[in-house]
Amino acid sequence: MTKRVFRQLVFYALLLAVWIVVARLRIWPPYMVPSPRGVYESLRAGFSDHSFWIAIVVSMKRIAIGYAISVAIGIVLGLLLASSNFLEETLGGLLLSLQSLPSICWLPMAVLWFGLSEKAILFVVVMGSVLSVTIAMESGRKQMPKIYGLAGRNLGANGIKLFFYVLFPASLPYVVSGLKQGWAFAWRSLIAGEMIFVTLGLGQLLMTGRDLNDMSQVVAVMILIVVLGYAVDGLLFKTVERRLQDKWGLSPAT
Amino acid sequence: MMILTFNGSATAVVSGREKGLPLFGGHDARSKRKVWVRNVTLSYPASKGGRLVALDGIDLQVRSGEFLCMVGPSGCGKSTLLHIITGLHRPTSGDVLIDDSVVGGPSPNRILIFQELGLFPWLTVADNVEFGLKMAGVSRSERKDKAAHYLKMVHLSHFGDNYIHQLSGGMRQRVALARALATEPEVLLMDEPFAALDAQTRDLLHDELERIWAETGRTIIFVTHNVREAARLGDRVMVFTFRPGRIKKEFLVDLPRPRQIEDSAVAGMARDILEELRTEINRSLEQEYSAK
Repeated sequence: MTKRVFRQLVFYALLLAVWIVVARLRIWPPYMVPSPRGVYESLRAGFSDHSFWIAIVVSMKRIAIGYAISVAIGIVLGLLLASSNFLEETLGGLLLSLQSLPSICWLPMAVLWFGLSEKAILFVVVMGSVLSVTIAMESGRKQMPKIYGLAGRNLGANGIKLFFYVLFPASLPYVVSGLKQGWAFAWRSLIAGEMIFVTLGLGQLLMTGRDLNDMSQVVAVMILIVVLGYAVDGLLFKTVERRLQDKWGLSPAT
Repeated sequence: MMILTFNGSATAVVSGREKGLPLFGGHDARSKRKVWVRNVTLSYPASKGGRLVALDGIDLQVRSGEFLCMVGPSGCGKSTLLHIITGLHRPTSGDVLIDDSVVGGPSPNRILIFQELGLFPWLTVADNVEFGLKMAGVSRSERKDKAAHYLKMVHLSHFGDNYIHQLSGGMRQRVALARALATEPEVLLMDEPFAALDAQTRDLLHDELERIWAETGRTIIFVTHNVREAARLGDRVMVFTFRPGRIKKEFLVDLPRPRQIEDSAVAGMARDILEELRTEINRSLEQEYSAK
């Protein structure tokens, strides 16, 4: 474990060193290859004038709302698809084909429907992630051993109770990776949407950097996006996964 | 010891027990009919056309408080019959009556302990036991009390906060039993529950099941392929034929309780049952080979 951390430290130190050398050599102008110091200054300035904080809060709020809507719709839709052959053959096929559509393609439609508003960006986020949540839920429901449903019904659970107390928790280990993937899609859709039109948010900061020819800010915001995405993935989803594995007695994923 | 040949009629009342009467040793023909499987047939469309008959005209009655065992070669449809009695599976024809009313679907009044148990891994042991009560809308405090009571009955009082995967096979069996008992079902159905356990654990659980049955007065229908286990536990043992599943013969096990699996009388009974079963297995094997 410590050996691994050590290797990673060495790797990032080397990466940074190469970056410093390349920037110092001035092969390319700073507006094409910024120096690490420039990026650091951008980060510091961004956080000290609160513009980065505001962008983070706005983006996180958008993704929280959008993702929550996605999960709610995706779970219901996935369960419906799993419970009906007819729906699976018809609607299921349509959803699978729609998944090949990059989420940003929903943007023109969103703008025409909702204007340049918060709703439009939420629409793009939802459309970007709801399909993968739906498909994950459907396959999770199908992979789940039938015995849980039978035992639940025998013990008096039916309808909404059967779903809440049995089918949903029983399928969680099978859907958690799908939920994670849905989050990743939502994050990408959000940033893409913000880059194109919406005020505030990380995507917009990125575009501001471009408009000002400020490559340092562009890289700084990119780093921010990576760190935030990785943090949610690593902290939130890994924790949920680990807790599930502990409860169920599944061996931790290696 | 007496052996009755099953005659398929509704009058084949051979044993039983009424609540309140001494549970160990002795049958009382006056006790009420609890379960009536009335002329149940189950068939599937076969791959080569026609229909595959899994259960053929099963007609049996179980008295209130009786311990009935069913044995048969694998594939005779005894597990399916339990699903039908539970209400989780519909027969092609015929019906199941509990206290003379027709079963329409599953009910916590008849709990099936599955071969794979079906314990919920996302719940603690206590929450598993409370599950049926929670579904029935029983208050939290009453649920806790009942769960504690039944966990104590199966000697798992200290394991309420554990998760299922932390328990041994025998302990999981006990949780399944406690969960089934907690809803206080009148009929308990058990599908080869002890098949995967080692012999010592199984013997211990036989003793406990017999004790719990005596304490609670439940009607038990117990499926097994172990004739010794059937003779050890049952008031009556039904032998099933291989595909299509029919009731071939029934044995009345008129031996005093508590019994031990080593008892010579139990062994003698098991031998008789096995003889009946073995000719059946041979016959079905011949059938299988000649079909190819």
